[in-house]
Amino acid sequence: MSSKMMFYILKRILLAILTIWIVITVTFFVMHSVPGGPFVGEKAISKEAQAALEAKYGLDRPLMEQYVTYLRDIVTKFDFGPSLKLRGRMVIDVIMDGMRTSAKLGLIAAFGAAVVGITLGSVAALRRNTVLDKTIMVITTAFVSMPSFIMGSFLLIIFSVALGWLPANGASQGGLILPVITLALYPMAYITRLTRSSMLDVLGQDYIRTARAKGVPAKKIIFGHALKNSLIPVITYFGPMLAFIVTGSMVVEQIFAVPGIGRQFVSSITNRDYTMIMGTTIFLASLIVIMNLVSDLLYKVVDPRIEFD
Amino acid sequence: MLNKNKPFSLHLDPDMLRPATAEEKEYISKMRPSSTFFKDGVKRLLKNKVATFSLIVIILVTLASIILPAVWPYSYDKMLGVTPGRPVDSSYNNLAPFTYGKTELKKIAAGEDVFPHIFGTDSHGRDYFIRVVYGTRISLAVGFFASIIVLLIGMTIGSIAGYFGGKVDLAIMRVVDIIYSLPDMLVIILLSVVLGRVLNVEGTILEKIGSNIISMFIVFGLLYWVSMARMIRGQILSLREQEYVLSAQATGANGKWIIMKHLIPNCISVVIISTALQIPNAIFTESFLSFLGLGVNAPMPSLGSLASDALNGINSYTYRLIIPALSICLIVLSLNLFGDGLRDAFDPKLNA
Repeated sequence: MSSKMMFYILKRILLAILTIWIVITVTFFVMHSVPGGPFVGEKAISKEAQAALEAKYGLDRPLMEQYVTYLRDIVTKFDFGPSLKLRGRMVIDVIMDGMRTSAKLGLIAAFGAAVVGITLGSVAALRRNTVLDKTIMVITTAFVSMPSFIMGSFLLIIFSVALGWLPANGASQGGLILPVITLALYPMAYITRLTRSSMLDVLGQDYIRTARAKGVPAKKIIFGHALKNSLIPVITYFGPMLAFIVTGSMVVEQIFAVPGIGRQFVSSITNRDYTMIMGTTIFLASLIVIMNLVSDLLYKVVDPRIEFD
Repeated sequence: MLNKNKPFSLHLDPDMLRPATAEEKEYISKMRPSSTFFKDGVKRLLKNKVATFSLIVIILVTLASIILPAVWPYSYDKMLGVTPGRPVDSSYNNLAPFTYGKTELKKIAAGEDVFPHIFGTDSHGRDYFIRVVYGTRISLAVGFFASIIVLLIGMTIGSIAGYFGGKVDLAIMRVVDIIYSLPDMLVIILLSVVLGRVLNVEGTILEKIGSNIISMFIVFGLLYWVSMARMIRGQILSLREQEYVLSAQATGANGKWIIMKHLIPNCISVVIISTALQIPNAIFTESFLSFLGLGVNAPMPSLGSLASDALNGINSYTYRLIIPALSICLIVLSLNLFGDGLRDAFDPKLNA
């Protein structure tokens, strides 16, 4: 590993840490700028009770002190404080509970999208301008321009309302099938298009011609040279794909009633559970920033031609 | 030219030997009218059937969403079963398409004409067709104005960075980098949660629009200018170094000429294209937020909130979900295809 590369990686890690810190700071101060605080607006509670509640959650101390405590607890103990609305539960526990379902959902969707997308994209590129290629491109164009909640609604209407094949409730047996498909279709379509165009680009390269000229079998050219090189741009999409899956899961978990972190987040917004909103935002944002970092670094490591600046 | 009636005859057509008329002389002496960059682009755009068709769809949908609410006999927030001083007539709630409430049926029996509820009514007895039309209007308006805001902020900051360069450029670009790496949807959700409560719009003209939409505009303004600014900066930086700018300078063109004749025409196409492609993006975000309940304030509808309301009755009233969903698909798809057509027509670098 060259020193230039080390420097680049270090720079990117520092930028990621800076971004996470900004997210924490912005989230904290934005949430604390809400007038009245979290305990106003529900049932009328007495002044004393409100003061006691604020003292319990440390809301009576100066804002800067609260901020430092909040930041320190996150960094040292990975602790986002207690939930304001779910009695006696810590925010991080609720997040981890939701993540168990959401991570399963997201990972299966991401894996499926990658496998199907890369396969379809390669097939489309290798059979360029045939009916198969055109069909794949038309279908993926339709998928790319459809918001995930529309996609989810249509799948729900077709497969559980009209046909009755799959359950509409995500918590029941086999209930994760429809949410996974909903989440996977957009990234799948995107990866298909990405793989197709990058594969077409690679197939026109000189080294493919050289390999053909010296008589390398077609199978080896496709898997050994073409596919390997055309996957490099696809790696950069993994970060954005995770961001899409995180935000998409909010809608999808809402539609199919999946007990995951996205649904938890939306319900914490409607319940005005401020610590939950803060904790979930910071957690998910950090996840996205870290995944973006990993996919960017991987991209640079995999392709030796890329220069570091 | 030979005689048409006798193709194999070698006799010349005597008509051909007559002197040219004044009209013909005129045609030959006049050079073809010169074509401008804009005319060229429009010509190419109209040749693209998909883009033209999408443009027609967009215009029709926009006109319908502006005109129909004004002439339609029902309004988006009128609960038809509710008349002041009388008990609520629940026969108006959840009407199927082309069916009528009790009092309307009496009127029809008496021989009066009653305007049909094309898509029926919703669970509060409001005419669903006009709600969809109004929701389309809201979605289009949000998309359009959000893109204008993004364009104005992005163009200003981008051209400042590109024009001044140096330290100003460096500082702006660092800010852009950081905003770029923030997960936008999460920040948008966070800000709309908070701004919806912080903004106090009661009693002002802004009240009707609702604090959520205003906060959505603010969020768009705060976050989405970065890609526009980045692009315009890049454009200006590279255009300044082009050979034709140098050659214009060498032949004695002044700054105004270079800016008006070279920089702006070359920049404007990219600006138009990305603004056009920003609109469906903003509509996406608006419908996403409305779907989560962070969008427009009730009773105002948007396509996203209509779809999310319809989820509750999906088994009995499936069409209520399908209609707004298809509307969003139609709008976003035609805007995207039109934007693609614009890019093909106006991006001079793609001209072969």
